[in-house]
Amino acid sequence: MTRYLLSILLWLLALPVQAALDPALVKQLAAEDSDAKIAAIQQLSATPGAEVTKLLQAMADDGLLQAGETLFLLDGEQAIDAASGAPTQPAPEAYESVTVNNRVRSALGNVLAGMKLFDADRAVRLAAAQELQSNAGVELVPVLAQAMDKEADAGIKALLKQAHAQASLASPEVALRLAAVRALAQSASPATRSLLVPLLDPASEPDVAVRQAAKQSIDAIESRLVVGETLGQIFTGLSLGSILLLAALGLAITYGVMGVINMAHGELLMIGAYTTWFTQTLFRNYLPEYLDWYVLAAIPAAFLAAALVGMALERTVIRRLYGRPLETLLATWGLSLILIQAARVLFGAQNVEVANPSWMSGGVEVMAGLVLPWNRIVIIGFTLFVLALMWALMQKTRLGLFVRAVTQNRPMAGCVGVPTSQVDTLAFGLGAGIAGLGGVALSQIANVGPDMGQGYIVDSFLVVVLGGVGQLAGAVWAALGLGVVTKFLEGWSGAVIAKIVVLLIVIVFIQKRPQGLFALKGRFVEN
Amino acid sequence: MTTDTMRTPLTLRFLNAMPRTGWIAMAVFAAITLVIMPALHLFVSPDSALHVSGYVITLGGKILCYAIVAVAMDLIWGYAGILSLGHGLFFALGGYAFGMYLMRQIGRDGSYQSDLPDFMVFLDWKELPWYWAGSDSFVFSLLLVLALPAVVAYVFGYFAFRSRIKGVYFSIITQALTFAAMLLFFRNETGFGGNNGFTDFKRILGYDITSPEMRATLFALSALVLMFTLLLGRYLTTSKYGRVLAAIRDAESRVMFIGYNPLHYKLFIWVLSAVLCGIAGALYVPQVGIINPGEMSPANSIELAIWVAVGGRGTLIGPVIGAGLVNLFKSVFTVAFPEYWLFFLGALFVGVTLWLPEGVVGLWKRIRNRGAA
Repeated sequence: MTRYLLSILLWLLALPVQAALDPALVKQLAAEDSDAKIAAIQQLSATPGAEVTKLLQAMADDGLLQAGETLFLLDGEQAIDAASGAPTQPAPEAYESVTVNNRVRSALGNVLAGMKLFDADRAVRLAAAQELQSNAGVELVPVLAQAMDKEADAGIKALLKQAHAQASLASPEVALRLAAVRALAQSASPATRSLLVPLLDPASEPDVAVRQAAKQSIDAIESRLVVGETLGQIFTGLSLGSILLLAALGLAITYGVMGVINMAHGELLMIGAYTTWFTQTLFRNYLPEYLDWYVLAAIPAAFLAAALVGMALERTVIRRLYGRPLETLLATWGLSLILIQAARVLFGAQNVEVANPSWMSGGVEVMAGLVLPWNRIVIIGFTLFVLALMWALMQKTRLGLFVRAVTQNRPMAGCVGVPTSQVDTLAFGLGAGIAGLGGVALSQIANVGPDMGQGYIVDSFLVVVLGGVGQLAGAVWAALGLGVVTKFLEGWSGAVIAKIVVLLIVIVFIQKRPQGLFALKGRFVEN
Repeated sequence: MTTDTMRTPLTLRFLNAMPRTGWIAMAVFAAITLVIMPALHLFVSPDSALHVSGYVITLGGKILCYAIVAVAMDLIWGYAGILSLGHGLFFALGGYAFGMYLMRQIGRDGSYQSDLPDFMVFLDWKELPWYWAGSDSFVFSLLLVLALPAVVAYVFGYFAFRSRIKGVYFSIITQALTFAAMLLFFRNETGFGGNNGFTDFKRILGYDITSPEMRATLFALSALVLMFTLLLGRYLTTSKYGRVLAAIRDAESRVMFIGYNPLHYKLFIWVLSAVLCGIAGALYVPQVGIINPGEMSPANSIELAIWVAVGGRGTLIGPVIGAGLVNLFKSVFTVAFPEYWLFFLGALFVGVTLWLPEGVVGLWKRIRNRGAA
């Protein structure tokens, strides 16, 4: 077997010579016996050339066709004889692919990947190296070693090193196995870990030194895995937290200013998400060339749509229930039922499809085993942006000043000339608009449907409770904290238990600090 | 407490708790639900126009259970000012506690002919989990129906009231509580049948659960419990305890300054209300023949509040009327115009809070006062 592989190396050194292939070997590719097929594949790869690559690639793609005794490939419409490369006349009518079973396929894959490792194109080499990460057979060890020496690209070289180590695990030479086990300690993938686990067993690994090295390598990989996993959980926790924050910010404003819980707040999220879907549909139909940027257009649209609905609700219903927070809660629940059913009637009970724009799909690999998806990164950034905007609005504008004044002391604010009723409407519109922005963010990572808002009201209220009323900083810490804690608990105990534990934590927390994390300082009596 | 009330015997105080018209109304209600309806169901032939069908008896029994829940809800919302959005939890806990007994009564008649309930066979469990111990005893199950909601309500209420959580805070926390419980019961591993809950009941105390006699008995029992609940509510709210409770509702800080500790007052009515809900749940489950975690969904619990609001808060009879009206509407609407039921329910929430804050009873009082003036 090594002989064939060495001849591949020879082929690398020699100039590719264009020649017809040995018809007997080609014919053997269609043999009944898999062993015969594999032998033919390896012998063919010994006489190198673009023709061989093309033939073997075609075979791997089930493109090596057989009609009676004739073996041929299809080049577009044109049938080409597999051995000579000449067009076959006449083109066969009835044919079938040469059977490629799993063993043959993996032999083909290995041979092809080995050949590709020396391709001039970096992308081809990279793809080949990646393909060999988990399934390189021991027969590829010399090829991989050779390729490693020749490789200039550091990234591919590291991949090759992994593949080489992984392939030599099955080598009969102890020294080679030992070196491989040590090299694999650099990995951070669970797959490598499970490759090493069998080596701990004396039955499959006779050498003590190798077993010890395997133990050390596994430990090293595991500690690296833990770090990656922890970072990953922190990241998903932050991204959950930023969604919670977008949902809770609006609620915090309205609860702070008016002391009412808007149970229809989740439906304002839904309105934002449906607006995003609607914008996407408009772009798809009228501006397909800018489809990737529909999200940017959806941001102001969702803000406006949700804010308008919110202000309408405030003017027509919530304002009339002033000073009766429990009734407001029930009335807004009724409004949420109406909004949900309206969405069902207008857009159907099924979820609608909102696609990530291309620049938000995929992810960035921070370290091995830790891929951060772009859409979540963008959402965290978007939340920061909204937060900065909110901060500026609350601290630097006259409206923000009024909102803060009414939150602290409504009668006194009214006495010094703050138009409290207008502030109510505007604050409610602002809170609703931010919920709409939350809907845009949510549409990128969750399903968009009539019921989507229902799940968020309890969570976002917990954020408000934890953070303290009317406190931006409190809401931020509470949302991120809840997000991260929830994700960690989920990893440890499953989603349901995590939810229950978080709830218990919040209840216990309120025992200690009824005013929330960041209470307004001062003395006051309720009622 | 004056010496005068000290001397009045308890029975007399109990009788005086309700005006004469109240007792008459109660007697009429008792006659209809305990005698006439069951008799018309059992002894009048199905061909007769006077026959009360099984559907009507079951629907009636269901609504009576809802009415008990509504009165229990009114006791804490109308009289103590605490709006719970998690009462569905206590209702479901009572239902599950009795449902465990009903599951055990199936015996080997399940699809798998096993001593274990079908869902456990399905999960490949070999024996009952420890918390199913005693579920084959009727008396123990009745005690569990009372104790389970009471303990949950006591523990939760103690911590919530001690730190003076109230208003919308309390409402949302109770909602979160029932939501969390729903998620817990949805899990198969929790041991209560997961998604499907309990169903396919066969018998109670050895008697067939679907027989007309059993239906009539459960119906009459529900009516009896409702009357008992109303009387107890009336007695409590007209007693000194009820007055302190109303004072806490209206100005908690002042009551504290006078020297009362609101914790125990609130806690008592809260636990009582939960227990009443549990009883209602236990009566409800054998009549509808199923209990699943959906009963704990936050939406269900909020709907309880609207029954009370429609009828009129702070009037014990109001919630009964409200529960009856809304559920009759629901039975008709969801069949005739299922698309519009949520619109109607939503509009009911908004309309009642905006224009009928005192509910139907308040409206009736206003009309009567206008007539008198």
